[in-house]
Amino acid sequence: MKKCRVFVPFGAIGMGINDEAFCRGVELKPDVISADAGSTDSGPYYLGTGSCKYAREAVKRDVKMMVCAGAALKIPVTIGSSGTCGVDQSVDEMADIIHEIAVEEGLVLKIAKIYSEQSPENIAALYNRGKLEAMSGAPLISYDDIMECEHIVGLAGIEPFIAAFKQGADVIICGRATDTAVIAAYPIYQGCNEAMSWHAAKTMECGCICTTDPFDGGVFAELDETGFTVEATSPTSACTPYTISAHLLYENADPIMLWEPGICINTSQVVYTQIENGKVRVEGTTIEKLPYTIKLEGARAVGYQTASLTGIRDRTIMKDPYHWLNRLEEFGKGKLDALGISREEYAISMAPYGYNAVYGGEVPDGYVPNEIGVLFRCIAKTQEMATKIAKIFNPYLLHYPVEEGKQMPSFAFPFSPNEFERGRQYEFVLYHLAHVDDYNEMFRIEYEF
Amino acid sequence: MTVSDVAKYVRSKNAGPFWVTVDIFCESEQEYEILKNSKAISKEKFAEIYQVGKDTIKLFFLPHIFAIKVSYPRAMPQGGPDEFDMHSGQQYIPVLDIEII
Repeated sequence: MKKCRVFVPFGAIGMGINDEAFCRGVELKPDVISADAGSTDSGPYYLGTGSCKYAREAVKRDVKMMVCAGAALKIPVTIGSSGTCGVDQSVDEMADIIHEIAVEEGLVLKIAKIYSEQSPENIAALYNRGKLEAMSGAPLISYDDIMECEHIVGLAGIEPFIAAFKQGADVIICGRATDTAVIAAYPIYQGCNEAMSWHAAKTMECGCICTTDPFDGGVFAELDETGFTVEATSPTSACTPYTISAHLLYENADPIMLWEPGICINTSQVVYTQIENGKVRVEGTTIEKLPYTIKLEGARAVGYQTASLTGIRDRTIMKDPYHWLNRLEEFGKGKLDALGISREEYAISMAPYGYNAVYGGEVPDGYVPNEIGVLFRCIAKTQEMATKIAKIFNPYLLHYPVEEGKQMPSFAFPFSPNEFERGRQYEFVLYHLAHVDDYNEMFRIEYEF
Repeated sequence: MTVSDVAKYVRSKNAGPFWVTVDIFCESEQEYEILKNSKAISKEKFAEIYQVGKDTIKLFFLPHIFAIKVSYPRAMPQGGPDEFDMHSGQQYIPVLDIEII
């Protein structure tokens, strides 16, 4: 019977794992060590700028554990969504980290680099040929919207990983990939049940979140031709049918059907069984073949932002913060009008933290906060313009009267200067599938051996 | 009686940059059935709470783990200049106060 043991030490490279839980995962003799290093969860900035969310030191520490264990056990290591956003530069930066580790540890590694960045021209050409399919909830896009993207990435499936395994790669560094592909690729390559491999990958993609201790330790699964058995590698944690089945809900809009490149995975008939020592056996996942598609992510710049923060405890304002805020906003905009700064040139928002900034809806009847923080945000074409507007608002955020004709108050600024320049801002543009005949159209593999 | 009186745990999270998902977990089948059979746990109610079209809402009843899941498209893509909850982690709060009828 074909088997494959997979160790996922962390939900994201850069999050870390305690030594004991990592050693336990290695002692279980995995056939592959896999982890994902990226996500869109922290917003469009990372894709817009091609930068990584985690500190390089934290990434290097985690990758070093993976690569050294992989070399000691003579097993492959797979890394997906390098550098948070998975652009080509992120793959090269991850390769640099691994080169450093190889020198420091005296390792000779066969490295495969899978590049998944897409040129706006190519994606716009697919758009013109009717090859882009909007996913549910996607924004309407045009040719120009695509061309304005700073970076576009395609989410790789298992195919480029398998191509790299066939070449004998020890370490596979991928740009953006689906969180599951980086984990499912090796067991599928080894002949394990395809549907169960995807399900195992979905279970393990966030590391220990599928265990009873979602804050520490790794996760380990043994896959075979009919299912998989999953366990936690931290001695203080365990897997239960509840933790494993509930994880399918986590940050997933549909808990039953999972879509991956060219397939749909159906978990409606799955059986979860508790077996000894905190292990769970999972069987019954099915798979359906679909036309081959690659999901795209794109981000474009929307201007520059300057923000400020004002603390307020004034008891009259507390009774109705929006009454004061709306008057203040109109007053400030009037000052900008007078200075010849057109309302088309900027967008302002003021959110009262401590009142309803986080949700935006109605507050309970009679609710009066003790204090609020007003977060002022201005976006404009240049940083200079955004800051100029914030500075024009500064005296009013500090002194704007509570009521007409009353004495001048002073509110609580935490900073000097009170404005902070937030740099260039981005937004996600694409939530689309590209219909392609072959993964080679979108992914390029380079071998360093 | 509200959802918070019945459910064990309610959470919300972004599901990609364009969707938010809310999970309502119950301790027992009995509590799950109370919520499932309540007219208040409906697409109409979530459309009202989250100010989105009823037809865009996905509602799942998951009896094997005594859970109910609601997913809805974001009004604005995640992380735009006026973002107020990047990971949508605090958007479940109004669900706690749904009156069970």
